[in-house]
Amino acid sequence: MTTAPITASEGSTTAESHLEHGHHPDLRMFGLATFLVADGMTFAGFFAAYLTFRAVNPLPAGATYELELLMPTINTALLVVSSFTFHRASKELMASRMGACRGWLLISALLGIAFLGGQMLEYFTLPFGLTDNLFASTFYALTGFHGLHVTLGALMILIVWWQARQPGRFTPQEHFGIAAVELYWHFVDVIWLVLFALLYLL
Amino acid sequence: MTASLTQTREPSPAPSLQPTGWLRYLSFSLDHKVIGLQYIVCGFLFYFVGGALAGVIRTELATPISDFVSREVYNQVLTLHGTVMIFLWIVPVVNGGFGNYLIPFYVGARDMAFPRLNAVAFWMIPPSGLLLISSYFVHGGAAQSGWTAYPPLSLTTPATGQILWILSVLLLGGSSIFGGINFIATIVKFRQPGLKLMMLPMYCWAMLGTSILVVLATPVLAGTLILLSLDIVAHTGFFNPGLGGNVVVYQHLFWFYSHPAVYIMVLPAFGLVSEILPVHARKPLFGYVTMVYSIMAIVILGLIVWAHHMFTSGTPPWMRLFFTIATAFIAVPTGIKFFNWIATLWQGRLALTTAMLFSCAFIIQFVFGGITGVALAQVPFDVHVHDTYFVVGHFHYIVYGGTVFVIFASIYHWYPKFTGRLLNEPLGQLHLLLTVIGFNLCFAPQHWLGLNGMPRRVAEYDPSFTVVNQISSVGALMMAISTLPFLINVIGSAFRGPRAGDNPWRALTPEWLTTSPPPVENWRGAPPLVKEPYGYGHSGNPIDLQTARGRDLWTSQP
Amino acid sequence: MRIPPAIITLVLGMMLVLFGLWVANDVSLLPESASLNAPVYDELFKVLLAIGTVLLLGITGIVIYSLVRFRRRQGDSLDGEPIEGNLALELFWTAVPAVVVLFIGIYSYDIYDRMGGMQSLSMHDHAPREQLASVRHAEPSDQDRLWGGIGIRGSADVLPVEVTALQFAFIFHYPEQNITSGELHVPTGRPVELRLRANDVIHAFWVPQFRLKQDVIPGQQTVLSFTARKPGDYPIVCAELCGPYHGGMRSHVVVHNPDDFSSWLEKTAPPTLS
Repeated sequence: MTTAPITASEGSTTAESHLEHGHHPDLRMFGLATFLVADGMTFAGFFAAYLTFRAVNPLPAGATYELELLMPTINTALLVVSSFTFHRASKELMASRMGACRGWLLISALLGIAFLGGQMLEYFTLPFGLTDNLFASTFYALTGFHGLHVTLGALMILIVWWQARQPGRFTPQEHFGIAAVELYWHFVDVIWLVLFALLYLL
Repeated sequence: MTASLTQTREPSPAPSLQPTGWLRYLSFSLDHKVIGLQYIVCGFLFYFVGGALAGVIRTELATPISDFVSREVYNQVLTLHGTVMIFLWIVPVVNGGFGNYLIPFYVGARDMAFPRLNAVAFWMIPPSGLLLISSYFVHGGAAQSGWTAYPPLSLTTPATGQILWILSVLLLGGSSIFGGINFIATIVKFRQPGLKLMMLPMYCWAMLGTSILVVLATPVLAGTLILLSLDIVAHTGFFNPGLGGNVVVYQHLFWFYSHPAVYIMVLPAFGLVSEILPVHARKPLFGYVTMVYSIMAIVILGLIVWAHHMFTSGTPPWMRLFFTIATAFIAVPTGIKFFNWIATLWQGRLALTTAMLFSCAFIIQFVFGGITGVALAQVPFDVHVHDTYFVVGHFHYIVYGGTVFVIFASIYHWYPKFTGRLLNEPLGQLHLLLTVIGFNLCFAPQHWLGLNGMPRRVAEYDPSFTVVNQISSVGALMMAISTLPFLINVIGSAFRGPRAGDNPWRALTPEWLTTSPPPVENWRGAPPLVKEPYGYGHSGNPIDLQTARGRDLWTSQP
Repeated sequence: MRIPPAIITLVLGMMLVLFGLWVANDVSLLPESASLNAPVYDELFKVLLAIGTVLLLGITGIVIYSLVRFRRRQGDSLDGEPIEGNLALELFWTAVPAVVVLFIGIYSYDIYDRMGGMQSLSMHDHAPREQLASVRHAEPSDQDRLWGGIGIRGSADVLPVEVTALQFAFIFHYPEQNITSGELHVPTGRPVELRLRANDVIHAFWVPQFRLKQDVIPGQQTVLSFTARKPGDYPIVCAELCGPYHGGMRSHVVVHNPDDFSSWLEKTAPPTLS
């Protein structure tokens, strides 16, 4: 996604065109937010399907909705903390302390990766597999789809962390990369909280 | 003001990194006008594919026995016909095609908010279309479960074709979502300073409403198809009753997208008609504000009516009641729009151009489709005709008699803008005549067939329906023939049509206030600020549209 | 003397309404009506047809009239009147359709109620099944759950029939008589309750002459109730795409007089049944 005004593709760099196009705001964050609404609707569809299954389709004998809570709770904590650490990174960025910003970024990414590790661990210790029953399938589909989002998010954090090495790459005025990843990361976090409440606590 | 700086001189043409000749229509161009035309031409190519598939269906149905193609192939053909026509023809053309061409003009911008995303969204379409069509040639053939892909049928038919179908629809859905994000950002945030929302031409509002539906509903279809593909490849049981799944949940999720999809197909058409009628009637659009509110009402109601497709699926009584009332009430905002269009015509000075006549045919045919739609919303009525040819007739009146007629009207209206040349009017009216007769001959009798016992999606039927089916097939043949004058006209006029001048219709909407075809950045000077796109008939019109050339127009704007 | 336009409009409107009523009453678009439910349906159909005819012809007339009356004459390049809207008019054509739609909605609710649509599925769930208890005793209760249905259910003397839909046929089983048949035979005047199950994919059970249709959904038992009115042989049609032979998935419902039905039962019942 980019807002490159048409002049960029036309190779025109005259002062006039700057004047003319200068009033266009940077819409990339707006576009990303719209995309996240769409992404959120995908999850909403999954949640609706899960709740309907749960309401009308009884599980076969022996299957249960009960899940081990310890590991997922730790995971939840990791993800929530990583949101705060990312927020901290942004604050450091706004204060032009790039070293600290990068540090907090790395911590956020590592927390995300730890979450993924925890998720893997949970998968291996669960008493049911993907095709065992309707709840099992829904559980893996939901957590897997969310896990995909976390993987993508962690990768993007590492990318902006790497890009932030160059001085001047991100400034308090111009930092779309970090802002975008932060918004996405908070989104993934919020989705997890809903998912956790619905799958584990309900 | 920036405008005063730039309006006095012609800037020298900027060096371009992109192909400039006809080659740019095959390139990854970022110009919204090129992308718009790419969408339209690509859509028409797929329209001919879908039309050929429809020809196969109507040929098979000319006799009551299955004798033209095998039953498996017949089901593949009807699946491909529906999917191609919806996802590769109507949705891309009325949204991506005209949307990309017109919206930047209407908001006074030089391009869409995200030009690169725009090009990506377009270039997702040809590959997924080819993927879909090529699935016919893989082992087991294309998907056979209809464009609705209801499980468990879609789980039991050959898997390769079904998976390719899912992939293709996922890609097309992605393209649609990217387009929707772009339109929302362009309309809401990319307007030139001073241009308020309530000054925008109606098509902007239609596209805003449509894009909201795209962004909210399409992802649900994507999620559903992901679950369906898991059922096929990983043998999960979401929609497989043999494994404890629930097939009706699929239908709910599917229709949560696919009913709004109907509005994704017709709302832009409503917008386009709202642009065409005032120009050729020389009158302001009647009731601008109520038009805006009715679009938004349709968007909201459109999201809460999906289960009317499932009245016979075993939905509980309260649900049937709720969805009946919600569905019937969509008729109110839709009705407002139609009455407003008629009021726009009333006491106008109607130029009986092909564009105008196609729009009027649209009004009458859509009203018919709307009436059968309100009838179908009533549970007791629907219980009899659900999944019959009555429904086939109904939705072809909506999407063909409605949207496709508007696409033709729009081609006749904007062709001079696209090419700088006029289309041949007598040839256009021959096209109109053949299409109107062929269309009504094809689809009106299908209502009777449905009422009297012919279900849809069948390759064979009760012999007592033979004559009516043959009438319908003759109508389909006429529709096929009707594309010939259209094609001759569109291709021939591109080279030999009379020069149109910049503004042959003397229109006031911003896309006409520049040269035809427009320059790369739409205006050579500052974009004109059009506060009254429908200001026809006002005394002391600031611009003398008879004599002004497009390049003069921006300079005279306040 | 010039006739005032208001009077012409009034006369035209009245003629239009009369024509709509004539179409609704005298143009037959529906197949034979053979169940107690069908006349109820036809009543709704007539109302919708009358309203629809008036609306369609009215709007078509106005559009064509406008195209002729307001067409641009040769050499005329003037604009029309700058009328941008009229609040009273717009309120009028918001309110009128809203009232019409509301009327249709309430009326069709009434029709739906008379078709048994608002009956609770669980209400009579056990009444006809008591007799079958011995047959299906072993099945878990979940199997007997009703997920949806249509038609008036319930009164005494119900003839239960179990319907199994599979690719590409319907199989009818009369549990009381232990008859299995490829055709449905029913008597006039006696309520019939079909319990529908699918073995493979979704089918739909439709008898156009009864104006009733119900999807047959694998894993979700549904119910369709009707009372036949007129002896005859009517088609049963599968109305949900179910595979290559979907178009060929047809059967018959044969409606007998009660006496003929008894003799059909005697003739068809397996000899072991005492």
